[in-house]
Parts: sequence; structure tokens; C-alpha cells
Amino acid sequence: MNRKKITQNMGFSLLFLCIIATLFFLGTLIYFVVFRGIKVLSWEFLTQVPRKAMTSGGIAPAIVGTFYLTLGAILFSLPLGLSCAVYLCEYSPKGFIVNIIRMSINNLAGVPSVVFGLFGLGIFVKFFGFGVSILSGALTLGIMVLPSIISASQEALLAVPQSYREASLAVGATHWQTIKRIVLPTALPGILTGVILSVGRVAGETAPILFTAATFYTRGYPGSIFSEVMALPYHIYALMTEGTHPHEQTQIAYGCALVLLVLVLLISALAIYIRQRHRKVYE
Amino acid sequence: MLRIKENIYKWIFSLLAFASLAFLVGITVILFKEGLPLFRQVKFFDFIFGKYWYPTYEPPDFGILPLILASIWVTVGALFICVPLGVGSALYLNELASRRQKVFLKPIIELLAGIPSIVYGFFGMVIVAPFIQNLLNLPVGQTAFTGSLMLGIMATPTVCSISEDALNYVPKSFREASLAVGANRWQTLTRVVIPAAGSGISTAIILGMSRAVGETMTVLMVTGGAAVIPRSFFQPVRPMTSTIASEMGEAVMGSSHYQALFAIGLILFLITLVFNVIAELISRRFRLKLGLGR
Repeated sequence: MNRKKITQNMGFSLLFLCIIATLFFLGTLIYFVVFRGIKVLSWEFLTQVPRKAMTSGGIAPAIVGTFYLTLGAILFSLPLGLSCAVYLCEYSPKGFIVNIIRMSINNLAGVPSVVFGLFGLGIFVKFFGFGVSILSGALTLGIMVLPSIISASQEALLAVPQSYREASLAVGATHWQTIKRIVLPTALPGILTGVILSVGRVAGETAPILFTAATFYTRGYPGSIFSEVMALPYHIYALMTEGTHPHEQTQIAYGCALVLLVLVLLISALAIYIRQRHRKVYE
Repeated sequence: MLRIKENIYKWIFSLLAFASLAFLVGITVILFKEGLPLFRQVKFFDFIFGKYWYPTYEPPDFGILPLILASIWVTVGALFICVPLGVGSALYLNELASRRQKVFLKPIIELLAGIPSIVYGFFGMVIVAPFIQNLLNLPVGQTAFTGSLMLGIMATPTVCSISEDALNYVPKSFREASLAVGANRWQTLTRVVIPAAGSGISTAIILGMSRAVGETMTVLMVTGGAAVIPRSFFQPVRPMTSTIASEMGEAVMGSSHYQALFAIGLILFLITLVFNVIAELISRRFRLKLGLGR
């Protein structure tokens, strides 16, 4: 009896250690990025263009670039992903077709990000001739994030009580009217959560834009959707691997990393908050 | 009139629903189209098992064995970190954490899963690599071990979240039955809950593995990048993903170097495809076993 208890206590302590270690590692990362990054952070850093061969000035074009890329990606993938989810949940087609679509979604979700980069390079940059541009990068990122948008929308649609649909159909609304006026508005907060989480993911991705959109330095802000852009995540990479002033560049990279981290964490926290509130409403 | 409109909408939705499939096919086609011409020049066998990767030499060598081995080493090393930590944390969250701890810890783990890989890479490069170099007295800090460590830490929140979901699916009655026959909580956990959630947890591990193999920015920044066959964990290596990411910028479009990088992408794509199919098969079995339907 006693031995059983000792094993149990040891086992439980081990599990406790696991979560402590996880939080410790991640806490260390956040600690270093925040405390070193905050030193370079200032209003100028956020609003100025880089100067003196990347050793001073700010990162405004990178922030703007990330904004354009993310916006483009979501504009592309939201309509596609939502339609796909509506089809799967509301039109309930035959099993075989659903299985094929579901399998492609799962597999697309597992494709490595650098392979999306290669795909974007092969099709948008080269085949369609968009060149290295915001358009190519946004489309590549949009395809990458499509699976998460689909599954988030699906979850939101499935959470809409069946009785809502039945009530709408019973008063004579057609299938499409029911979807448009009842199902989609009800599912909106859930869909929003998924979209916001995807925004966080897209903003931080680097590999897909390496060959399709990003560049180390532009003289100002991007002029059109066919121009190359600076982007926050790529800027961190470039600062660490290119250029001639490693010391100053590392400091700026700390600032970039902090901005990116805060941006992504804030966006995700917002999504989680919306979801938590929404859940309470249902329960 | 209304009927026609209804049908039009249905057709539009069904057409758009196939987008994922279209993109998946598109990726395959592009990788084959750009990568396959290489094999007119280099034999497939020599490509996979060649020991030398000198793409810019004259004549060039396109052997990716060192890159494949590097990917395997780094991934396996990462598993040794993220599996115990991730599954352990999930067990803690699911079995031991109080309600209040759960409300607090679960969103935090989820938030941490969203930290961009470039931030891990940057942190690994400026903090962890120099630390390891000093600690172990190595010539360079950017090694396979550093890569495994960073990847492992990075994958831990993901493995934790998915495992926790799997544990949640285990019906309460399983636990109650075990406790009722006199087992204590630890015995219930190890002999009933873990086996019941086993395939769900393996899905988490395989998905974590698939992510680790395909992860690019982190390994690019912390593994050092020497394209030689790895002999020790404490030497620089160059996994497949970082080879593509770092060399594509220099490769001339349409050259054999460019084709070789696409061919590496193809191999990578196929590897992760296999992982995902396995994960899906296991998770389907899991859901059937626990009577959750498909």
C-alpha cells in the first residue's frame, strides 16, 4: 500500500516537473526577447525607415509589408475556406466526396512551410509571372493557411444548433436563405476566432515568403501589389545573416523580434478571449 | 427561379470546396515539373544515397544523404525533448491541475504554440547557441543538438495541446471503473487512461514529428549548415529544409542546382505526406475504439 503511494507521488511530481520545465523554457525565451528588445523600442523605431546600412532608423516598412501580406492572404483564403466549410457542413454531400476533401485538407495542413515557398516560386513567381511580389507572397501564405481557416469555420458551423436550421426551414426559408441569414450570423464569432488565429500565424511565417515576396531592404513603402516588400519575420532573419554590421543589426533584430512576438501574442490572445466569451454564451 | 438560384449556390460551394485538393495536386505537379528534370542528369539512387552535396562545384555533386540524415537526427533529437515534456504537461493539465490552474494554463500553452518559428530561431542563435558553446566547450554553438533542443521546445506546446485533446476524449466511466475496483490515481492513469488515449497521443507525436521534419527557419538559424554526414550530435549539420531555404536565393532559375532544390522539396513533401496519412489512420482507429464515430 505504501509503495503504491510512493510511486504515485513520484509519478505526479514528474508530471509537475514536465509542465514546469515547459513553462521555464518558454518563459526564458520571452524574457530575453522582451528585456533586450525593449531597449531599442521607441516611437522612431516603429515609424521610421531603416538608415545607415541597417544600423539605425526603424522598421516601419517591414511592419507595413507584413500588414499587406497578411491582409492579402486572408482576403484570398477566407472566402475559399468559408465556402469549403459551408459545403462540408451544410450541404452534407456523399461520403466519398467528403472523405476526399477532408483528406486533402489534412494533408495540405501538414505540408512543410518551405514547400509552400517552392510552390509559390514555381507557380506565382515563375509560371504566372507575378515576380517576387506582395501578390505572390500573399497567395502563397493564403494557401498555406487555408486548412486552418476551413477547420475553424467548420467547427463554428457545427456548433450552430440544428434546431435553428429546422426552425428557419419550417417557416419556408430556402436552404441558401437559411445559411445566409441564420447559420452564418450565428457562427460568426467562431469563424472570427479562427480567422484571427490564422492572422497570427500568417504574420509570423517566414519560409513561404523567402522566395516569393520578401527582400532585405526597400527604399520606402511598397508601391503596388507587384513590388517586393520587407516583412517583419524575414527582416529578423536577414538582419542576422546579411549586412556588414552584425553587432548593431543584432540589436535591431531584438527589437523586430519583440514587435513580432507582441503582435502575434496579442492577436492570438484576442482570438482566445473571443472564443472564451462566446462559449459562455452557448453554455 | 428560386430553385435555379439555390442550385447555383450549391454548385459554387461544391466547386470551391475542392480548392484544397486542387492546391495539393498543384503542389505535387509543380514539384515534379521543376524537380524531375534533374534526374536526366543525376540518377535517382545517386541523389538519395550520394554522400556529397557540392551543388556549385564543377562538376557538381548532388547527393542528399547528408541532408536526409541531418533531418532525421535533428527530428529524433527533438522528439526526445517534446514527447516527454509535451505528453507530461498534457497529463498534468488533464489529471492533476485544479480547475483554476487549468483555466490559466491551457490558454497560455495555446498562446505559446503560436510563437513564430523565426523567434525561436533568433533566440536559439543569439542566446542558446553561445550558451551551449561555452557550456560544452565546442568550436561552434550551432550544432545538431542546438537544433534538436530548439525544435523540441518549439513543438512541445503543440504536442501538449493535441495530447490533451486525446485525454479529454477518454470517457469518464473508464476512470470511474478503475478507481472503483481499488486502483489508485497513478495506476488508473498509467494502466487505463494512457492506453485508452494511446493512439490519440501517438497521433500527437507523429504530427509533432511531421512538423519538426518540415520546420525551416529554426533549424536554418541554429544548426550551422555544414553539409556533411553527421557523426556526432555536437557538430554543425544541414537538414533538407534549411538547404532549400538558404540556397534557393543563389541558385539560377532553371539550373540543375535549382532543380535539385525542388527535388529535395519533393522528397520532403512525400515524407510529410506519409506521416500525415499514418497519423490520420491512427486517429481514425482511435475514434472508432472509443466509440466516437468518424
